[in-house]
Amino acid sequence: MTIGLRPKSPLERLLGTNAWLVFFFFYAPIFTLVFFSFNDSNRVGIWGGLSTRWYREMFDNEQVWSAVTNSLLVALISTIVSTVIGTAVAIALDRYRFRGDRTLDGLLYLPIIIPDVTMAVMLLIFFARAFEIIGTIGPRFQLGLTSIILSHIAFNISFVAVVVRARLGQLDPRLEEAARDLYANGWQAFRRVTLPLIMPGVLGGALLALTISLDDVVVTAFVSGPGSTTLPVYVFGLVKRGVSPLINAISTVMLLASITLVLGSLAFQRGTGDSS
Amino acid sequence: MADLADTTAIAHHERDALVESSRTGFLVASPAYIYLIVFFAIPFLIVIVYSFASRSPTGATRLENWNFDSYIKLFDTVVVQVVSRSVWIALVTTVICLVLAYPFAYYLATRDRRIRNVLLVLVMIPFWSNFLVRTYAWRFILSNEGPVGTAVEWMGFQLNVLFTPTAVIIGLVYGFLPFMILPLYAAIERLDWRLVEAARDLYADGWTAFRNVTLPLTKSDIIAGSLLVFVPSLGAYVTDTILGGAKTEVLGTFIVRQFQAARNWPFGSALSVVLMAVMLAAVLIRTRTGAREV
Repeated sequence: MTIGLRPKSPLERLLGTNAWLVFFFFYAPIFTLVFFSFNDSNRVGIWGGLSTRWYREMFDNEQVWSAVTNSLLVALISTIVSTVIGTAVAIALDRYRFRGDRTLDGLLYLPIIIPDVTMAVMLLIFFARAFEIIGTIGPRFQLGLTSIILSHIAFNISFVAVVVRARLGQLDPRLEEAARDLYANGWQAFRRVTLPLIMPGVLGGALLALTISLDDVVVTAFVSGPGSTTLPVYVFGLVKRGVSPLINAISTVMLLASITLVLGSLAFQRGTGDSS
Repeated sequence: MADLADTTAIAHHERDALVESSRTGFLVASPAYIYLIVFFAIPFLIVIVYSFASRSPTGATRLENWNFDSYIKLFDTVVVQVVSRSVWIALVTTVICLVLAYPFAYYLATRDRRIRNVLLVLVMIPFWSNFLVRTYAWRFILSNEGPVGTAVEWMGFQLNVLFTPTAVIIGLVYGFLPFMILPLYAAIERLDWRLVEAARDLYADGWTAFRNVTLPLTKSDIIAGSLLVFVPSLGAYVTDTILGGAKTEVLGTFIVRQFQAARNWPFGSALSVVLMAVMLAAVLIRTRTGAREV
């Protein structure tokens, strides 16, 4: 394949410069933030030497711990549920034709592209209304961890389904046919052949769901109640009041967590299932 | 994920032999179907219903006396101001993203496979890492007390960028640039370079070949990327809350205010309906122009 440009042409140099500027734009703010989280000074903008005092302060902060616990709980439960449901729907849409499959395909796509403010508003009204109706006939519910988990599942199903479908699309259908030829029934062929082959996609999707759940702030802030603050919602509250070295430290930890999860997800998604 | 639509389409074709009874498929899909109907489709419809509801003097929503007041209110001067500001900010963001992303994607797509994959991962990392934290990083950098602000102050100036539309646009470009890069990269990467060569052989200069061959071939992905940046920019809430101020209020922040301080859920719902309509229009445009999934 010939590339459209001669190397070292002035245009090529311009493209290269632009590319490195974009990378600088992407990473400079992140590195600045991380660097200043180790700043031993109460003034955020003045360098006062290296220190981990803000990390110690973060570890001693009980609100941070309670928020972290809530975040992990929400993320784990919503990830497990949405991975099961999302994988199932990906298989159904990839393998079968059934009534309403086109509608489902469209419906599945919407939570990914809908602006999060809209999603938040929708779910807030829905839960307020549903709890009101349930309250008139029986138990009283309040916005809290349950409504957060239910909301996170609602958007995570779609992300899992997209990742698993990509994996299913790369599979060689002859492998499952071969299993069937060897008298495996539908379930056995799925359990012994298809599932192990799509496992990297399932794990990749699960890690993606975990990342999105741990990062979500807008939807969570809308459907949370007293005592159910997650880490991003807590940080968002702090950020509204201004910059502080403590936020820099928490932010660094959050960045590290999401970058680790994303790299893990990418590694799984690209992992060789020697199928393609 | 770029060739998702392609590969699934081919896979569907090859697998027709395996397609079983539609009942099994429906059964396997039903948990997701039911879940999305209860927690997505119904909430979606409730917002539309609420946009026609009325309000008690204390601000409580009354599901009676249905009316169009919330939609009439969309034409108030204040609302028109917010909406036009949002559209303006989202448009500028989209244009800046396109100008940065096209040459960037072109550069990426024309590297060796190994380098290309590494660079792509370097784009994916900020794309999927915490949006709130990335936006906060700019708050830190742009604020007058931050390292840059302090340095500028020593030189005898004031930074004063924070809480302006400029700050919001910087934040939006930073947040959504990958949405533009990824589809453009996918488009340029699968470009048939022989077509460009053919144009050159027919004595087209570089620019003419680009304008008449490369650009038309990647047009649908330019549209796709632009919509992927424009729609979320229009609904931006986190970015505007952290980097903007009262003078930069946009649709996203304005909607949230209706549900919090202003306590006007019907009007907030009507505004959300407008945003949903824009999103659905974007989806329609994308399917029409035959853009692929990212």
